[in-house]
Parts: sequence; structure tokens; C-alpha cells
Amino acid sequence: MEAAVFILSLVDCCALIFLAVYFIITLSDLECDYINARACCSKLNRWVVPEMVGQSLATVLMLVSLHWFVFLLNLPVAAWNMYRYLMVPMGNMGVFDPTEIHNRGQLKSHMKESMIKLGFHLLCFFIYLYSMILALIND
Amino acid sequence: MSSTGFNSQNGAGGQPYANGPSQNPVALHPSGPGYNMAHQPPYNPTQVKGPMPPGPGLYNSGPYQPVPLVGSYQAPPGQPMLHRPSMGPPQPMTPPQSASPGPGLRMPPAQATPPPPVSANSYYQHPPSWQYGAPPPIGAPPSMAVPQHGPVANHVTSSPSPAPPQLSVGYNAAPPAIHNTMQPLGPPATLQGYTQPGSAPPMNSMVAPQSYQPGHIQTPGNGAPFPNSLDHLETGHTMTGPAPPPGPPARHMGQSYPALPPGYQNTSAPPNASPMHHPMQTPSQPYSHAPQQYQQTSAGPAQLSPSLAGLSLQSQTPEALRVVNLLQERNLLPPGPISPPTPCLPQDLQKINCHPEVFRSTLTSIPQTQSLLNKAKLPLGLLLHPFKDLTQLPVVTSSTIVRCRSCRTYINPFVSFLDQRRWKCNLCYRVNDVPEEFMYNPVSRSYGEPHKRPEVQNATIEFIAPSEYMLRPPQPAVYLFVLDVSHNAVETGYLDVVCQSLLENINSLPGDSRTKIGFITFDSTIHFYNLQEGLSQPQMLIVSDIEDIFLPTPDSLLVNLDECTEMVQDLLKSLPHMFGKTMETQSALGPALQAAFKLLSPTGGRVSVFQTQLPNLGVGSLKSREDPNQRASAKDIQHLSPATDFYKKLALDCSGQQVAVDLFLLSSQYCDLASLGCISRYSAGSVYYYPSYHQQHNPAQVECFQKDLKRYLTRKIGFEAVMRIRCTKGLSIHTFHGNFFVRSTDLLSLPNVNPDAGFAVQMSIEENLVDMQVVSFQAALLYTSSKGERRIRVHTLCLPVVNSLSDIFAGADVQAITGLLASMAVDRSVTASLSDARDAMTNASIDSLTSYRTSVLTIQQPGLLAPACLRLFPLYILALLKQKAFRTGTSTKLDDRVFAMCQLKYQPLAYVMLMIHPALYRVDDLTDEGALNISERTIPQPRVQQLSVEKLSREGAFLMDAGSVIYLWIGRNCNPNFLTQVLGVPSYPAVPQNMTMLPELDTAESQRTRAFIGWLREQRPFFPILHVVRDESPLKASFMQNMIEDRTESALSYYEFLLHIQQQVSK
Repeated sequence: MEAAVFILSLVDCCALIFLAVYFIITLSDLECDYINARACCSKLNRWVVPEMVGQSLATVLMLVSLHWFVFLLNLPVAAWNMYRYLMVPMGNMGVFDPTEIHNRGQLKSHMKESMIKLGFHLLCFFIYLYSMILALIND
Repeated sequence: MSSTGFNSQNGAGGQPYANGPSQNPVALHPSGPGYNMAHQPPYNPTQVKGPMPPGPGLYNSGPYQPVPLVGSYQAPPGQPMLHRPSMGPPQPMTPPQSASPGPGLRMPPAQATPPPPVSANSYYQHPPSWQYGAPPPIGAPPSMAVPQHGPVANHVTSSPSPAPPQLSVGYNAAPPAIHNTMQPLGPPATLQGYTQPGSAPPMNSMVAPQSYQPGHIQTPGNGAPFPNSLDHLETGHTMTGPAPPPGPPARHMGQSYPALPPGYQNTSAPPNASPMHHPMQTPSQPYSHAPQQYQQTSAGPAQLSPSLAGLSLQSQTPEALRVVNLLQERNLLPPGPISPPTPCLPQDLQKINCHPEVFRSTLTSIPQTQSLLNKAKLPLGLLLHPFKDLTQLPVVTSSTIVRCRSCRTYINPFVSFLDQRRWKCNLCYRVNDVPEEFMYNPVSRSYGEPHKRPEVQNATIEFIAPSEYMLRPPQPAVYLFVLDVSHNAVETGYLDVVCQSLLENINSLPGDSRTKIGFITFDSTIHFYNLQEGLSQPQMLIVSDIEDIFLPTPDSLLVNLDECTEMVQDLLKSLPHMFGKTMETQSALGPALQAAFKLLSPTGGRVSVFQTQLPNLGVGSLKSREDPNQRASAKDIQHLSPATDFYKKLALDCSGQQVAVDLFLLSSQYCDLASLGCISRYSAGSVYYYPSYHQQHNPAQVECFQKDLKRYLTRKIGFEAVMRIRCTKGLSIHTFHGNFFVRSTDLLSLPNVNPDAGFAVQMSIEENLVDMQVVSFQAALLYTSSKGERRIRVHTLCLPVVNSLSDIFAGADVQAITGLLASMAVDRSVTASLSDARDAMTNASIDSLTSYRTSVLTIQQPGLLAPACLRLFPLYILALLKQKAFRTGTSTKLDDRVFAMCQLKYQPLAYVMLMIHPALYRVDDLTDEGALNISERTIPQPRVQQLSVEKLSREGAFLMDAGSVIYLWIGRNCNPNFLTQVLGVPSYPAVPQNMTMLPELDTAESQRTRAFIGWLREQRPFFPILHVVRDESPLKASFMQNMIEDRTESALSYYEFLLHIQQQVSK
């Protein structure tokens, strides 16, 4: 059971890592002018909800399997994703808004955020991997 | 096609659609004369040329420290960029320059013979010589149509010798109606087809220095506040106006005309003034004054000693850094318009630098590092007015446009030539080859002088773009009018005005033989008009399926204007009556916009939407969000951001298809401009708002609407435009303000560009600018003119880099800073909250003054100290806090507020400043003393008064110029002479309540007043309405609200505000 939970988390985590990398690549494409703001934002906005779901899934899995430490580690990130999604002003076209992204250093802050998430997911990945192996051995 | 618009980006020639020259129908912009004519003074406050840094001679005696001696400037090692070939253009023939910075010999006997260079100079400092070959025959008829419509004659290239007179007439003679940009229309004849009406290199040298003249003359003007303020101190705050600075003769030396644009300087100068004499004398004045004043003060009352100490200790500092104690000096406003500071650049560079009206930086000295900038606490940014109507603009036709190979910068006056065949880019420092073609100089017709090409001589230049700059053939001018015909709309009666204006101006719409036009009207359904040739009358097609809008006959809804003029006229004549009895109250604006988008998407073009109520049907319908009880609330204002993203999305779609949407909102109720405005904001349109518009009840608004429409219909327009702003490596743009869509990091997509749009960007310093003496900024606007030519207008600005805080403060441009802060505050109020924005503005002034106090001032003194260049900063901030956009506590309709915010963001700085801080003049005692003479009209120049009720007197009449509206306030005991001679009424009670124009009386007073008001109006492209206000008028409140130095129930007075700042600063 334990092993199953971690295998699932591991898969989820891999997906989130890919997503973070995708965000970074797309944002840096925008930074280098390879794509325009509108295309970039519509690509990214599509993945905001899946990312949120993926993160929440991992958090919930940890909660139900009573891994408090990992749960608390995941919680802030999940909360941040939710907050970010819910706080989008009515007139904006999503978390990434093509008319705003070049203003007030938003592009940079999005980039930084994605980097931090990538780091976080990598950390989680190893935690899950370790826990999974541990669980398999214990079985 | 849909996505192509966006993708194309960048790269080299890669600006997507390229453009053509916009055609400016020359005679078309009568309302914007201020910009166009040589003789008209450009818009005042900001336009005036900044005072030049004193020439080398002055430096020695004078305080200006920051720049190394100019004389030696060329030589210093380590500044390759500055090192210009010695034969550089500006100097030839000006040996006396070293002694007298400017004009020297060539001051032409002023008025008598306005030689072209003189009169035309008012705008550009360094008019391109080739434009003026020979002085135009003076008597030549200033036919304004010449440059535009006489293609052959105009085409400069082909016939250099005959052409000059014509061209120069067009530009120089400058009758008020003349249009600015001179564009040779003819097809580019040869490769080198370079506009070259004249080929008189000598003129060149004459011209350049000449234009400088104003700067020098002005210097004394700048110095003027000095004596005043000090006098004032001594007399201990008497409220009398400042004693007029040195008597009349001194005034004539220039003090009284600090604001005169160059054009006038000449006229006002005594004819035949000894040329050497004049320039030398004037500049020296301010400095000679200064010492005197210092002495005087030292003899003054003891209480002054602290500030005195400051003065004497700082006496080596430039005027801009002179310490001013804001709490003690009350009269800080200069008597006339405020001129922007001049960057401390070597003279030859400054001379060719971009004009501040077009391109202006908040800090004319760029800090070396971001940390230094942070320390100064001043915003760094650029304000642009790239498509401004110009009095003269060099146009180059060339098969290859020389650009840097790595950063694609256009060659400009600030590049350095390493040798004959190589030049070094001033933005990325790459060394490029000079193409063979560029070696030939069409101006002098000589070979091997690439640095004398016009591209290298002019900071503002326009290129006719070759086909690489087009992704598709240049689009025709396409105009679509979308008119609200619901009951509410018919009630206001606006349709008559629109149709009438269109009928009158149908032939002056900018365009060529391909111009297309179309109409859509809507209420709860969408009505299209088939105007196909061959029909006996226009055919109305009604589409009632607004959920899924389609075009009934896609081919015949947009018709060629030339071919179907009659049909269009028929429609315009019948349209106002067609809906006379409509009972339909709903408005399906969203679907109508979608229809307009579908109709225009194959070509691109301009949509003009007229809307009179809240859209309440179909997509994009909105609900009223305003709670009238909250209008005056001091709490946070809600609903400043859009309610839906429909309009934004549609605007981005439009932008991708090169469609711009201009919104005219005529309404008495809440229309949710915050949401509707998005359609224009992101498609680079403009927004016009006429609150409580009604045909009968509000004639003043009707007149204003008529005039605006006329200007709107006939002004120059550029289609499918993009603008790229480049800056020297190390600097980057982090925020953009204005109406456009930012397509990539430095590229703005502007489906339409119009001459009344301003832009602002905030910059940050990403890499330290060490080892750099100067940095450059280049704005390149690629557009298709209404004549179907692709054109590129390039502006380049060069600024010095400094590494000390005091130099940064010395170069601060308080108006530009205020303008940029206003834009930033608008953003802040939308993203955060209004109170946040207000706090941020107050903090901006507190922080910068604190930083000045702690880091620049060597001696701490009591009082609120500011450098002279920032002395108006707290005043402007207070004015912003009391501005419609940001005020709290005073009842303000949400739409009014949002509209004010839009204006702050997209209007050029000059108009924004008037909105923020209106100019107040006393007009009951206008005299001809110090008046301007423009084309035989005498325009009195009253002094600008402080905006405080204590300046108003019951015996007087005061004129307040608030940009889009002018108030004439009549005191209760107003001079009866003024009432009878100007207003044409026997007594005060007889002044009508709603007087909006002055009777044309044949009296000297009336003529003076009307000349003055007319002159103010001419300086801007829109038409400010005049309201005569007396005590009982309902408008008295709005007049009084502009008295920003006074206390209101909810806001501080100026003095209290200063005390508040002082408290914070000295914490």
C-alpha cells in the first residue's frame, strides 16, 4: 500500500517536473522573442489547472497516507497554486496574461517561480524515490 | 492569417508589416497647427527647447560642473563614441563657436526676412540642411498643398535645383495651416533618391547654430526665478506677485520669454541686433545675476542664514541643483512654460539630439548602476510621442537602410565612425561595415563622407522602406464606423453630428484611391449597409442572430470610397432620420464589434465605435457596477479593472489582424469604461468620452465633439504599425504604458498609430554602465501610410551616464517624472488599490527628497530642501493626488475617473501636464508688453499664476487652461471695462450662465483675449471648450477643484502637504 502511494506520487512528481520544465522553456522562448506573448500565454494557461491538480493530488496522497512531513512540505506549494489561480482579476485572461506579462518584471517573476518549483519537485522526487524504495524493501 | 500577425516578429528586417509614409494630408489638420507650423509656438510648457548647457565659454565662468570642459571634450581618450570626425557637420563655418556658443554670425535679421532656417527651426534644432537648399523666395505662396499633392514637383531627388524653392516654401513659410511632415510623394526615383531639395552645405552650418539660439536666450529666463524667489524671501512672504524681474530692457533680453520656441526668439530679438553681441550677452546674464543675488541675501534677515549658508556653499553647483527651501519660497512657478532640462552632452551631440517633445527621459543623466538609481529614488523611464506632427522631417529613400548587423539598430548620429568604411553601433558596440551606397552623400553629392549623410545628421528621420519591410502588400486605408442607434443614442442626437462631420470631411479622410469605407449600426440587432455601386440606394441588411454573427454579403459592405462616394453620402444623409422613432433600448455592442472585426480582418484598418450606453445584450454585455453612494467615498474605489476579458481578447484578436478600435463614449450614465476601454487600449486605439452628451442640453459638449471628430477624421494615420524601442546594452525596459499590445520584449504592436498618442516606458539598469560616457535609445516606428507606403520613423536620443547622485538630481526632469509616475500610479490603482497608488506617489516625493537631503546636501539645514530642478515635484504630486483620476473624498463618477486614468496613460506629456497642473492667467489686464508676434497677430503673454484662490481677485478675470477645457472666471467686481469690451455685457449680473464663447467685438481688449485663447487652442490637436464661470455657475465647483494649492475638505493644502513631506523627510 505504502509503496503504491509513493509510486503514484513519483509518477505525479515526474509529470510536475516536466510541466515546470515546459513552463521554463516556454517563458524563456518568450524572453528571447521566439514566440509572441499571446501564443506563450495561451500555451501556459492551458497547463495551470493541470499543474494545480497534480500538486493537490500529491498533497492529498500524503495526507491520506499520513506522511505528515511530506504533506507539510507540499502544502504551501499547493496553496500558492490555488491562491494564484483564484486571485486572477476578472479582466485578465488567466494566470499568464499576454498584456501584462511584459510589465513590471512579471516575466522574470514567473520564470523565478517556475525555477523554484522545479527545484522543489526535484527534491520531492528524491524523497518519494527514497520512500518508495524503503517501502518496497520493508514489504 | 490570424496568428501571423503575431508571429512574425523580430529579427532583422523582420518587423512585420512594414510601413509607408503616412501621408499627412497636409491641409488636413488645421486644428493641430501648433505642431505644424513653423511659426506657431509648439505646445508650451514642455515643448520649448531646453536651455542649452552654456557653451564652452560659459563653462569657465559658470558653475556647470558635471561635464568636463566642453572644449576638451572631443579629445579625452576612452570615449570613442563621442569622438566625431572633426569635420562634423555642425561646426563648419562657425569659428566663433568657442567664444559664443551658438548663433554667432548667423542670426538673421529677424522678422524682416524670415529665412527658412529660422522660421522652420522652431522644432528641430538641427534642421537637415538638404531641405532648405536655397532660401525660398519669400514671396512664394505658402501653398500648403504643395508638398503633398504635387508629387512630381516635390520629388526632390529628381530635380534638385528647381525643387528647393517649392519644398522650402512648404516647410518654411509656415502659414498657420501648413502641415508638418514633409514627405516627398513622388516615387523614389533613384536608388539614392534622397530628398534633396537643396544642396547647399553652407546653409547647413547656418542652420544648425541658429536653432540653438533659443537655448541661449532662454538661459536668462531660467535664471529669472532666482531673483524673484529671493526677493520674496527678503520681503518676508508678502503676497504680492513677485516683483517683475529686472526692468523692461532686461526682459527683452529674454527673461520675459523664457518659453519662446526658437521661431519666436528671432522675431522678438531686435532686428539687426548685432549677431555676436546678442548671444554672448544673454547667456552670461544668469550667471552674473546669481552672484548678486547671493550677496543680497547674505545681507538679508538673520532667519535666512541657514538657507544662505547652503546657497553660498553650493554656489559652485549648477542652477538645477541650487537648494530651494520649499517651505520658504512660495513662488516657485516660472512665469511661463517650463522647459525640459538639457542633457549635459558635448555640444555637437546635443545639437543633433532628439527633440524633447518627441523623446524625453525622466533623468537626463543616466545613473551608472541600478543601485545608484535606487538610491536616487527617482523613476527612470522614457516618454515618447513618436508620431507627433512635425514641422519638418527629413525623409530618405534608399534601397538599403543601414542597420547594425547584430542588434538591428538604425544608423544614427551617435554612432562612431572608426574610419571611412566602418562604423561602431552605439547600442551594442558591434563594428559594422559601411555599405558602398552609403559612401555617397546625396546632400553634398560627394563621395566618401558617410558621416555627412542625413541619417547621421538627424536624430529624427524617416525612411521609405523597401519591400523587405513588408510581410504583405501595404494595406489600403480602411475605415469602418460602428454606430449605436438604440433609443438612447437617438435621443442624444449624436448621429447628426457624426454624419454631418463625415459628410464634410469625407474627402479629407487620409487615404489614396484604394481607401475603403463601411458602416455598421446596431441596437439589439446588427445592421449592415450594402453600398455596392449600381444600387440605387444603400441597402440595409439586418442580422438578428447576434449569438453567431456572420457577414451577410462580405464583399459589398466595405466599398471603395472614390467609387461609391455618392452612395456613402446618401447613407450619411438618411442615417440620422432612419432610426428617429426607434423604441429599441438594448445595445449589442459585443456582437457589433465581432462583426466589425470579421469585416476588417482580411485587410486591417480602423474601427470607430460610437456607444451611448452600457452594452446589455449578447456577448460582452456588462452590468452596472457603480454605486453612486460610493462616489465620494474616501475608502477604496472598486471596479477600476475590467469586469470581463471579452473586450481584451477581442482587442488582441484585432491587434493580430491590424485592426484598431477607437471608442467614442457619449453617455450620461455609467458605461463601464473600465471594461469597454480595453477594446481600444490593447488595439492601440484612442478613447473619447463626452459625459452627459446631449444635442440640446449640452451645446458645449456638442461643439467639443464636433471639433474632436474633425481632428479625428482628418489627422494623419499610420496602419499596421510596430514600434521597437532599443536601448544601449545594459539597459532594459521593464514596463510599458500606453495603448498597444506588447508583442515581445521590446516590440509594440500598433494596428493604427495616430499623432496624438503618447507612450511611456520604465527602464531598469541590468548591467553596470561603467566605461560608458553616453547611452542611446532608439525608437523605430514602422508603419503604412494612408497612401500605402511603408515608412520607418526613427528617433534616437543620446544621454550622458553619470556616477554621482548629485549629477542625477541635476538632470532630473520634473515634468517627465511626474508623467511617468502618473502612469505608474494608474497601473498601481488597477492592480492594487487607489490608496496604494496615492501612497506610492506621496512616497515617491518623500523618498527622492530624503535621498537628496541625506546624500547630496553636505550641510543639514532646517526646512524642506529640494534641488531647483525638483522644486515643483511636491506641487505636481499634490496636483496628481487631487486629479480626477486619483482623488478621494470628492464625488467623482467612476467613468470620469477611469477616463482620466486612460488619458494619463496615453496622452503625450505636454497635455498630461496641463491636465495635472492647469495654467492660470490673469486676463483682465492683458497688455501687449512682452507679447508674441505670430503671423501678424499679437498674442499677449500673461504670467502663469499659482493655483490658489488667494491669487484670484474679485476685480479681475482669470483664465484657467486645463488642457481639454478652458475656464474664464469672472470676479464679482470685475473691471466693467473688461465686461463690456470683452464679454459684451453691461454688468456682472448680465453675464449669461452658459456662455461658451466670447463675442467677436472690435475692441483691443477683446482682440487680445481672443488672440490669447485662440493661441492656447492652436497648441493642441483637440479643441478645449471655453466656459465662462461666475460665482453662481454650476461649473464653479470644477473650476475651484483645480485650485490645487488650496485646502479642501478631503485634501491637504500645498503648504500642509509640504509640512507632511518635511516631517517624513526629516524622520
